[in-house]
Amino acid sequence: MNHLDPQRHVRGESQYLDDVPVQQGTLYAAVFESPLAHGVLKSLDFSAALAAPGVARVLTAADIPGINQIGGIVADEPLLADGHVHFRGQPVALVLARTEAQAHAALKLITVEIDPLPIITDPRVAAAQGELIVPPRTFKIGDSEAAWAACAQVFEGVAESGGQEHLYIETQGAYAFPTEMGGVRMISSTQGPTAVQRHTAHVLGLGMHQVEVDVTRLGGGFGGKEDQATPWGALAALGAFITKKPVKLVLDRMADMRMTGKRHPYSSDFRIGFDADLKIVAYEVTFFQNAGAAADLSPAVMERTLFHATNAYFVPNVTATAFSCRTNLPPNTAFRGFGGPQGMFVIESAIAKAAEALGVPAYEIQRKNLLREGDLFSYRQAADMCHAEQAWDTAASEFDLAGIRAEVEQFNQTNKLKKKGFAVMPICFGISFTKTPMNQTRALVHIYSDGSVGISTGAVEMGQGVNTKIAQVAARTLGISINRIKIETTNTTRVANTSPSAASATADLNGKATEMACAALRERLLRHAEVEYTLNYEGLEIRDEEVLAAGVPAETNWEKLVSSAFWKRVALTENAHYATPDLHFDATVNQGHPFAYHVYGTALTTVTVDCLRGTYTVDALQIAHDFGQSFNEVIDRGQIEGGAVQGIGWMTMEEVAYNDEGRLLSNSLNSYKIPDIYAAPKVLDVHFLDTPGHPKAILRSKAVGEPPLMYGIGTYFALRDAVRAFQGHTALPFSAPMTPEKVLVSLYPAFADSNLSLTHTLPAQI
Amino acid sequence: MIEFYLNDQPIRTSEAPASTLLDFVRYHEQLKGTKIGCREGDCGACTVLVGELNADGQTVNYQSMTSCLTPLGNAHGKHIVTVEGINAAGNQLTPVQKAIVDEGGSQCGFCTVGFVMSLTGHSLSTQPATEKSTIAAIDGNICRCTGYKSLERAAAKLTAELEQRPAEKALAWLSEKQFVPGYFAEIPAKLAQLRLGGSREAARTADAAKAASHVSTSPNGHAQSQNDHDHQDGSKPFTHAILGGGTDLLVQRLEELREQPGVRLVFDQPGRRGIRQATTGRVVLGAATTASQLLESELMRGLLPNLPQYLKLVSSTPIRNMGTVAGNFINGSPIGDLTIMFLALGAFVTLQDGNGQTRELALPDLYLGYKKLAKAADEQVIEISFPAPLAGDFFHFEKVSKRTHLDIASVNSAAWLRVKNDVIQAAAISAGGVGPVPLYLARTSEFLIGRELTAETVSAANAVMQAEISPISDVRGTADYKRLLLRQLLWAHFLQFAPELAVDELT
Repeated sequence: MNHLDPQRHVRGESQYLDDVPVQQGTLYAAVFESPLAHGVLKSLDFSAALAAPGVARVLTAADIPGINQIGGIVADEPLLADGHVHFRGQPVALVLARTEAQAHAALKLITVEIDPLPIITDPRVAAAQGELIVPPRTFKIGDSEAAWAACAQVFEGVAESGGQEHLYIETQGAYAFPTEMGGVRMISSTQGPTAVQRHTAHVLGLGMHQVEVDVTRLGGGFGGKEDQATPWGALAALGAFITKKPVKLVLDRMADMRMTGKRHPYSSDFRIGFDADLKIVAYEVTFFQNAGAAADLSPAVMERTLFHATNAYFVPNVTATAFSCRTNLPPNTAFRGFGGPQGMFVIESAIAKAAEALGVPAYEIQRKNLLREGDLFSYRQAADMCHAEQAWDTAASEFDLAGIRAEVEQFNQTNKLKKKGFAVMPICFGISFTKTPMNQTRALVHIYSDGSVGISTGAVEMGQGVNTKIAQVAARTLGISINRIKIETTNTTRVANTSPSAASATADLNGKATEMACAALRERLLRHAEVEYTLNYEGLEIRDEEVLAAGVPAETNWEKLVSSAFWKRVALTENAHYATPDLHFDATVNQGHPFAYHVYGTALTTVTVDCLRGTYTVDALQIAHDFGQSFNEVIDRGQIEGGAVQGIGWMTMEEVAYNDEGRLLSNSLNSYKIPDIYAAPKVLDVHFLDTPGHPKAILRSKAVGEPPLMYGIGTYFALRDAVRAFQGHTALPFSAPMTPEKVLVSLYPAFADSNLSLTHTLPAQI
Repeated sequence: MIEFYLNDQPIRTSEAPASTLLDFVRYHEQLKGTKIGCREGDCGACTVLVGELNADGQTVNYQSMTSCLTPLGNAHGKHIVTVEGINAAGNQLTPVQKAIVDEGGSQCGFCTVGFVMSLTGHSLSTQPATEKSTIAAIDGNICRCTGYKSLERAAAKLTAELEQRPAEKALAWLSEKQFVPGYFAEIPAKLAQLRLGGSREAARTADAAKAASHVSTSPNGHAQSQNDHDHQDGSKPFTHAILGGGTDLLVQRLEELREQPGVRLVFDQPGRRGIRQATTGRVVLGAATTASQLLESELMRGLLPNLPQYLKLVSSTPIRNMGTVAGNFINGSPIGDLTIMFLALGAFVTLQDGNGQTRELALPDLYLGYKKLAKAADEQVIEISFPAPLAGDFFHFEKVSKRTHLDIASVNSAAWLRVKNDVIQAAAISAGGVGPVPLYLARTSEFLIGRELTAETVSAANAVMQAEISPISDVRGTADYKRLLLRQLLWAHFLQFAPELAVDELT
């Protein structure tokens, strides 16, 4: 069973936001951004822009009829700058013109006067100055302070991980239409239709019922369109609301890269203690999260960093503290893994540091400390149906860990200018929104009188195959062909108050609601069949569109049954509500049961470094992954492969660079590189672990969106291993991404010193 | 008037020749299958096929190009194919489309059409399909969802199918197998017809074109950079631009170019293509020679056997199909890959001014400063030439970038050496990314001459070289890194030539 959408994708028939046929009278919007990262907005002169050809309006904060505020968790983010600017690229004004070219041309005619204020780009500097988005949080179990004395070995250090640009190939955008009711209807490229609706309603001073948001599909999201699709939706809506004309706003690539936030860079301090047997006794970690200029989702991202601070390991004494630091960069936001990868990178660094110092392979320490059934996480949830050791041991035997290791050593002994490196990366990732109330959704299922079925849920299709999975759940539950089923657009008027498609939980939540609705409809139809055809309800079922009574075909089938039910006035529509059971979490003590379940897996990574040039290849990524009972292996494998390669990108070539003025240097696809086909691992094996799945997973098929990203972390440590095979003496910092530059400089640490004078005596070249 | 075929439809348009083919197909013709990802040729979401009638007048050569960087004027006389032009009736999938669907090679779908078009172009190629060549066909297509493995599986499936493709009457076979619709068979005749009409029009407009003043080409960047594509705004306006493949100017200056009436397109100018060896022994390239044509040239491959591996490091298939050698020179990027190669080959450019006067200039002498050229405003490159390397000469090109393929170099370098009895008789070393212009390292090259081929010579040459370069820190690396990297690349040249050289001093 294939993903449904690709049939249309390959023919170019799938409609994305920019493909929607343009309505007559449409105005095109372009955003005027702050040219400075921090300052007081003294004046804004757009008179010349207003006089430019085709320009209809220029809107500023003063034009907002409702509340100029789109902050989701903290109300700290104006839609259009008012009084202050806090980051370069912050929207200041909106130009509306008859053509896109005219709107962009007019941007150049706007002038702004800003009194500059000091710019902070470093989270530690922000923390030192008390610039925090929210108060710091600490997750604590045991007593790490007291435990140090009992440790045989203690190591400490610093680990840094960089940002990551989402680089969905479809840029952000929205297309808004005024309605006859005085509200706005819009098509938005968002993972969170309800968020766009809610904030737009606030901005326009309307009830949420006056704002309709419709989403067909996204050309990629990865978290970048969870919260950050909102400004563009709200701006387009503001334009449509004020001008009473359709307004289309699509960011070009460089504007998208400049104006939107990315994965949070982290700088972290760690301290780890072991007993004589290399069991982890205590772990203390302090995370400095670079949140950017506004909260966005940073507090929630920070929280998940704390949840995943110990990755797949059991640590009895943990003190993990996180600071969400306000800097003058675009607000950083959700990105696949949502803070989890940043947390895991630090404990993996801590283990690597210990292993390097002790001269033992890191994988020996890792294996000894894996979670076991019943082990407590720092937040007091117990690992239940834990497959950490199973995943590790399966990967080790399936892919021959010992053999790979021996091969690597052999290779390194016989090659001078090429070195191989190896690392193991276990993962453990919690499934659910950690904000418990968000774990709810609804499905609206219509059976039409001809037997075809339309399903609406809160799920947004962005390539993860959720629509296909929902259709499969419905087909299975109703006992009919998937070809009868259509998954409708995601629309706030059909399914309201939804959570964004995020947290890997979309298929679970919306699938469960769909399953409930379809089960109710099935029961209703069978009750009808019982009466209509005088059948015994017990043993009555629909299978392959046949109605079976105790296994014997009845004198009706799906189409006839539906038709007869309609004429007997049986309700053929069902609206089901699903809320994940048993979730609770007390954020005041940071304890509870926040996750429906955890996903486990282990990846082996082998790399080769060209020690002459500092370049490298990922030779193999071999994964044993806990899918539970996958009911769509093509989709699930695709999520693993895609997620892992995205993680490799984060750890290798993807380098988000800002200068001290808060200006994005990696501002286009030519200066920010994501993996291409040659950068993908030569070998990428995915082994489906034999696990029972979890009852809270849809049809026992576990959530698969985010966990694989963290397999990519192994690439960093494998590269480090290879560098150390060439240059064992380098004091290598823990700093990701491991770009070819960092590799080469690590391979030849003496060069910079010998060359320093030469570089610095050169005249500046302007 | 620009005339061409778009899928099965004839097009006559007076839209600006320097506007993009992408905007034309999406917003003028409302063919929305072609997507916009980056508008700088770096993602491949907008890939289309550009078919050009072969000299035989019977067949069409199809190449993939990114429509975001294709000047609409370059479509003139050609067959432009978008996904709508290959879709079969009745929702049937072509073998390319089916392979991608079956292998799960499409997730969000936004990049997918680009892959479909690149692979369809590969199917139409006259070269045999191999595992490598099929992957190479999609080297300009970026996908953020799949991690590419499913696309590799689809490519493998396709390669197997294409093994059955006959060498003769391939189009008929492709049509029968539904790779392309039946109307493709009629395209050669239609393009031939266009060509006839076109030559009449050309005669009419030739005089007008002559009268137009052809001024400069290279935008003058105002900020120093040693890497290309800085997207600078606000530098001097330029009039009457000359467009080659468009792969640089359409990134940097699209808005201005679109507004300009007098843009000259040299891509299809008669007499500007072709690679030949002159009687003098020199190799002569027409200025509109593309990187792909370099690659296809038996002459070039004979002289530089490793050229395919070097060119694989230069941009991507669709960009190589468009980007011209002269365009790379004139763009003046300090990091231009082809420029660096030709500097070490001892290339000259022939410039022609508005009155038809020509002069020859050694390539190093073309560069006065960052994006400043020793070229009068009305001069245009018409030819490039270099002395053919002798048998036994050594030539090598090295490039390191953040991503190995489809990326701009942090540092690149080329070396040409003539060695007799372990003594270097002649040398030419070039390096990019380590100064304001693409550098011919005259002092380093000079230093090498007469010296023995030893590790000490390389080390000493490095010392000379380090004093000859002036890298700055930017998004592609710190100055220190670039210095170290160039040292390594110098070693890489010599190790390639003489693998026995000791490398202990490297550590």
